[in-house]
Amino acid sequence: MALLDIKDLHATVEDDTKAILKGISLTIKPGEVHAVMGPNGAGKSTLSNVIAGRPGYTVTGGSITYDGQDLLAMEADERARAGVFLAFQYPVEIPGVATATFLKTALNARRKANGEPEIEALDFMKMMKANAKRLGVPDDMLKRPVNVGFSGGEKKRAEVLQMAMLEPRLCVLDETDSGLDIDALKVVADGVNALRTPERGMLVITHYQRLLNYIVPDVVHVLAGGRIVKSGDRTLAEELEAKGYGAFTEATAA
Amino acid sequence: MAATQDTIDRIAEVSGAYKYGFVTEIESEKAPKGLNEDIIRFISAKKAEPEWLLDWRLKAYRFWLTMSEPDWAKVGYPPIDYQDAYYYAAPKSKDDAPKSLDEVDPELLRTYEKLGIPLREQEMLAGVAVDAVFDSVSVATTYKKKLEEMGVIFCSISEAVRRYPDLIQKYLGSIVPYSDNFFATLNSAVFTDGSFVYVPKGLRCPMELSTYFRINERDTGQFERTLIIADAGSYVSYLEGCTAPQRDENQLHAAVVELVALDDAEIKYSTVQNWYPGDAEGKGGIYNFVTKRGACRGRNSKISWTQVETGSAVTWKYPSCVLQGDNSVGEFYSVAITNNAQQADTGTKMIHIGKNTRSRIISKGISAGRADQTYRGLVRMMPKAEGARNYTQCDSLLIGDRCGAHTVPYIESRNPTAQVEHEATTSRISDDQLFYCLQRGIPEEDAVALIVNGFCKEVLQTLPMEFAVEAQKLVGISLEGSVG
Repeated sequence: MALLDIKDLHATVEDDTKAILKGISLTIKPGEVHAVMGPNGAGKSTLSNVIAGRPGYTVTGGSITYDGQDLLAMEADERARAGVFLAFQYPVEIPGVATATFLKTALNARRKANGEPEIEALDFMKMMKANAKRLGVPDDMLKRPVNVGFSGGEKKRAEVLQMAMLEPRLCVLDETDSGLDIDALKVVADGVNALRTPERGMLVITHYQRLLNYIVPDVVHVLAGGRIVKSGDRTLAEELEAKGYGAFTEATAA
Repeated sequence: MAATQDTIDRIAEVSGAYKYGFVTEIESEKAPKGLNEDIIRFISAKKAEPEWLLDWRLKAYRFWLTMSEPDWAKVGYPPIDYQDAYYYAAPKSKDDAPKSLDEVDPELLRTYEKLGIPLREQEMLAGVAVDAVFDSVSVATTYKKKLEEMGVIFCSISEAVRRYPDLIQKYLGSIVPYSDNFFATLNSAVFTDGSFVYVPKGLRCPMELSTYFRINERDTGQFERTLIIADAGSYVSYLEGCTAPQRDENQLHAAVVELVALDDAEIKYSTVQNWYPGDAEGKGGIYNFVTKRGACRGRNSKISWTQVETGSAVTWKYPSCVLQGDNSVGEFYSVAITNNAQQADTGTKMIHIGKNTRSRIISKGISAGRADQTYRGLVRMMPKAEGARNYTQCDSLLIGDRCGAHTVPYIESRNPTAQVEHEATTSRISDDQLFYCLQRGIPEEDAVALIVNGFCKEVLQTLPMEFAVEAQKLVGISLEGSVG
């Protein structure tokens, strides 16, 4: 069974009739990594936001099925607890809330929904420290408030740490490479690669091919003008890099 | 009914004549409604008070008659008829109390459960008629015994009037004079009971003093009076209140708290106030008009107020510090949450008199629903306050688009070497923050609680550990239903 099945998805930004997504279809099977590439304004972020259930978007047609469930019928927090994780392009600051506290709250929210008891404080610390070490997240960052005063690289690493802790089935990475220098990019990509498992699916959204040198996708989709104009294997990303988006967007316009 | 008749007779006896024609339609053990000198004489006689205290009460009452209710606070409520209230109730009879928790408002029980309050305490808080043998009573007894051995006096103020009249006469009304303000003056005339603490010279009180340990004496009524004296070089931390919502049949509460810190002494006073706020329209909620003031009399003394205010329909409260001693320090840390139709006008006063006195004010106000909240703070640098400093930070957080937050700072400096800093911010919980939490699987109400707790962190972390944990839970519960 497909992990994520998007069929003919149409969406607009709320209070606006202008369509952003104009019939997107894609299917991710467990263990697969799909990349969505596209120029600015193609609808990449809209796609990730609609999957995560962010308020402010209206789905005007089509469906999203996740693990056999109608994803669009679920609230954003339900989707998250069901295993959908969005790594934000711009992670949000929450002053006064320690990263560790935030993670524990999130983890326990999921456990509660699954009818499990809250995680033991000691088990949680062990799990967090192990993950943090693996991702090169220093201990003091766990004590600092969520994303407050974090550098671009720290923010993205913190996102991957959260992903590792929450063990989602589907990871959507929204331009995770933006704002990262090459060293930070490698660290983040290594972290993501470590989370590739036969059960987990990933949707990697990016503007540049660069990230895909490190997170090697099984399938690449080119998104332009709210439609997937071409899909292929990883060589498609290289083709894009060589030819630019122009070649593909013109093809759709024609 | 016999007891009621007894009460009436006693009043007649005390006042010498049965002047006011009290009618007999009284069902509980209360003095008749209304306020007059006879009622005050009655209260004083009931407590077997010395003559000077009765005189003081009467002086306050006569002065009160010349005063008018303050109207400068940004709160609105129907006029209070002071003659339509009871000013003395005998220790409550258990007959009218609920027989078990089954008879208590399920909404209240739900809140107790969320706060993780043990069943016995739930019964106590809800006013269930339980046998006198509390688990906590025996705890309280050992606790008080230990304190006594160290020389700490911790008892009800009525008991202190009898046992330590010199201390009471010296300090009662010395920080908040009987003529201070409308509500404090009323309290001076009719106060029923409260706490008294004296910490001897050089002693660092090793445990938190909590009203909780005075459970067996907790029916202190609506006009509570507290006096805490920290003698030279001593330290005491005092906890007032309770995170659990408390119901009370009296709508008007006008307490007075006086603190005195002598040379090198420190008092830390923490309050969690969660009086019944009324229904969603504010009906039936408590009016909490409190005067709290601490005097840093001695050099290098320190008084620190921490308050978490989530209850009451109307709150009017400005815990203050009078910094008389050179190098003395005053602190005020406050979290005030108003939801639904609650109104709060709260803040502090820092009066710098001595040299190099310092004060720090951190106020966090959260407003949700249709609530209105005002921070009102005075920082006054007197002419002799050489080198005095104040830092004030006032942050407001708004939830929804129908609530209000107002900041009214009064800053007066009469000494050119004094420094006063004031910072204020107003913010909202952003949709981005909320969505970020939701996307991590945190339900909306928990997300709001988490974000608000983060906002209040600087203040909550000044609370003693156990209280802080409860206060965090309380923050979440107070804001239930405020989003979405």
